[in-house]
Order: sequence, then C-alpha cells, then structure tokens
Amino acid sequence: MPQTATANILNILESDFSGVVEEWLGTQVKEGVKRSDLFSDSESRAQNQELLKAFTKGVRAGVVNEEFSLDDDEWEDLRAVLADVSKERVGRGVTPTEMATFVLALKAPLFTRLEAMTDIESGKLISDVLMVTRLVDAFAIYTNEIFIGERDQIIERQRQEMLELSTPVVELWDRVLTLPLIGTLDSARAQEVMENLLETILERQAEVVIMDITGVGTVDTQVAQHLLRAAAAVRLMGAECIISGISPMIAQTMVQLGIDVGTVSTRSSIRTALADALQKVGYVIKTSEVS
Amino acid sequence: MSGVTSINLVENALLVSIQDDVTDTEIVELQDTLSNRIAKENVKGVILDISSLEIVDTFVGRVIAQLAGISKLLAAETYVVGMRPAVAVTLVELGMYLPETRTALSLTHALTQLRRA
Repeated sequence: MPQTATANILNILESDFSGVVEEWLGTQVKEGVKRSDLFSDSESRAQNQELLKAFTKGVRAGVVNEEFSLDDDEWEDLRAVLADVSKERVGRGVTPTEMATFVLALKAPLFTRLEAMTDIESGKLISDVLMVTRLVDAFAIYTNEIFIGERDQIIERQRQEMLELSTPVVELWDRVLTLPLIGTLDSARAQEVMENLLETILERQAEVVIMDITGVGTVDTQVAQHLLRAAAAVRLMGAECIISGISPMIAQTMVQLGIDVGTVSTRSSIRTALADALQKVGYVIKTSEVS
Repeated sequence: MSGVTSINLVENALLVSIQDDVTDTEIVELQDTLSNRIAKENVKGVILDISSLEIVDTFVGRVIAQLAGISKLLAAETYVVGMRPAVAVTLVELGMYLPETRTALSLTHALTQLRRA
C-alpha cells in the first residue's frame, strides 16, 4: 500500500477517534479556553465529536497530493458544522482568541500519537507533523473567518435597526413639528432624517420645525453641516426651522469651529423653542387666572 | 409669451406657475415678460409656484435666483411656493440656498404674508 501524505493521520483519527476527542478536550482545559461556564461537558464533547468527524471526512477525501482547500466540496460537512458551532459560540460571547485556540488545541493529541507510532522513520514523521499543522491551521483560519463573519452580520443588523428607529418626526401642535435627534449624525442618517422631515412637512403642512439636538453628543463641523443643510431645505419648502437643545458646551464648540448658522434661529432648550414656534403660528400662551 | 407658463394677477401679486416641461428658452422669455409686467402693474410681490416641478438643475436654480433679484430691484418680493421635498434636497445639495427669495408652503401662505407686509 503506497504511503500517502495523510495515511498516518487518517489512521490515528479512525482508530483512536474517541481518544483524540478526549485529549482535545483535555488540551482545551489546559489552555484555559474550555468555557465550562458557557457550555456543559456533554455539549462540548458532542461539538468536538461532530467537528472531528467532519474533519476526518475532509482529510480522507479532500487531500490530493498533499494539497487541499477548505472551499472544496469534500470539506462541506466541516464547513456546515463549523457554521453552527461558531454561531452558537458568538451568541454566547466566546472571544476570537478562545475560538482559534480551541481549534489549534487539536494539534497536541495528533502530535503525541504520531510520535508514539514507532514504525515511522524520522523524515516521514516531520512531513506528517507538517501536514497536521497545515490542516489544523487551515481549519483554525477558516473558523476565525466564519466567526468574524458572524459578528459582522450582527453589527450590520444592529446598525440597520438603529437607522430605522432613530428618526421620528412628531407633530407637537397644529402646524408645528419636532424632530428629536439622538446619537450620532452621519451622512447616511442625516440624509434619511432630512427626507423624512421634508415629506412630513408636506403632509402636515407644517410651518415651523424644531430640530432638537439635546440628544446629540458632539457637534463637529460635519454634524453642523448636516443640520444647516436640513434647515436650508426646510426653508426652501416654505417652513421655518428652529434648532434647539444647544447646550453652552456645544455653543462654545460651534463658535470655536467657526460655524455660522446664518439666518437659522437657535434656542438653548426645546421649551423656549416651542414658545417661539407657537407664537409664530399665531398662538398665545397664557397662565390661567384662576389659580 | 409661452403657452406653458402663465402669469396671473392675484391680489397685489403676480402668480407665475412654472410647469415641469418648461424649456430653457421659455424660462428666459419668462424673465423678460415678468420684469416688464412687474414694472407696468406695480405689484408688491411675485409668487413662483413650482409645485409641478419634479426635477431641478443648476440652470433652473439660477433662473429662480435671477427672477428674485430682478423683482427685488423692481421693489417686489419673490415667494417660492410648493417646492417638493426632492427638489429642496437637490437644491441644497447643489449649494443653491436661494437666500434672495422668500418661501411659503402654499399660495395661501404666500398671500397671507404679502398682505401682512
């Protein structure tokens, strides 16, 4: 029987499967990456068994002339299992380092078993070790990629959700709208906020719009630019814009940055802005005489 | 005078409705006709109704600004009314804030402001 590059490795994986799984688990404990707080022993064991089974299958069919690629069809099982395992681990808060070390821990049991095989000559031993290293490294890199991809998806989803729930336009009074801005104001959000606002002005025939920036943490030139552009568009539509919620801190920053608000009215609190707005649409605020 | 754009006297102002399919030549003609009528009829304001305009470019933006400039010299205020949200966004993106014009949501609003003036 010709000695293929993976014959010895396959031999180990197939003849001593549960032994490798146990030692892999053992190494994970030693390296401090087995999260007993997140996964029960039986859960970890089941995961490792599944991964190793898929890995063995890949090694058996997917390595041709010492070459392999985890993107090939032969490795499909491993990719599927990995996707599941990674998803679960991301969900439970495992770090990327722990995830990588977890996979790399597989090297130790394979090395010790190769070493114990007395019938291998030393040249062959080295090439076998090299093969194990390449296989497990590829495995670990692929794992990390899936792991990071999983996280990216979560971030993207959250970003999308934030964008959607962040721009309510509220009708405060007849013909008076307010737009409470919260968080950061980047270009994409500013655009969405502006379009939303202009549509509402048209729909409600609003005459005064109060843009409240109490919830905006910092105002830099970029943010100011977005605000003033929105105010200009509001004016072009025929409504008036008041920017409220300018804290003393923000006022100082704006002056230091040399931001000119032009003809846009600014107020420190939404309270004074509202009083102004009501006056502009023809209402008077009076205290009741009976008190 | 072009058939697409009409100029009507409403109260003490000239109401100009600019249609979406207005051509560049027509809009230049309009400038001429309008300035003559402002001078002749001695109005207090010019109301540019652009509610049917769906697309603007820098040319239209500049013509509106020029119309406003001309009216101001002839002692009439220009009110731009009925601007669509998309048009407002485009003008702001082009950096044309039209500072020399007044704006109003609708014809009624513009007339109310003109009466007050």
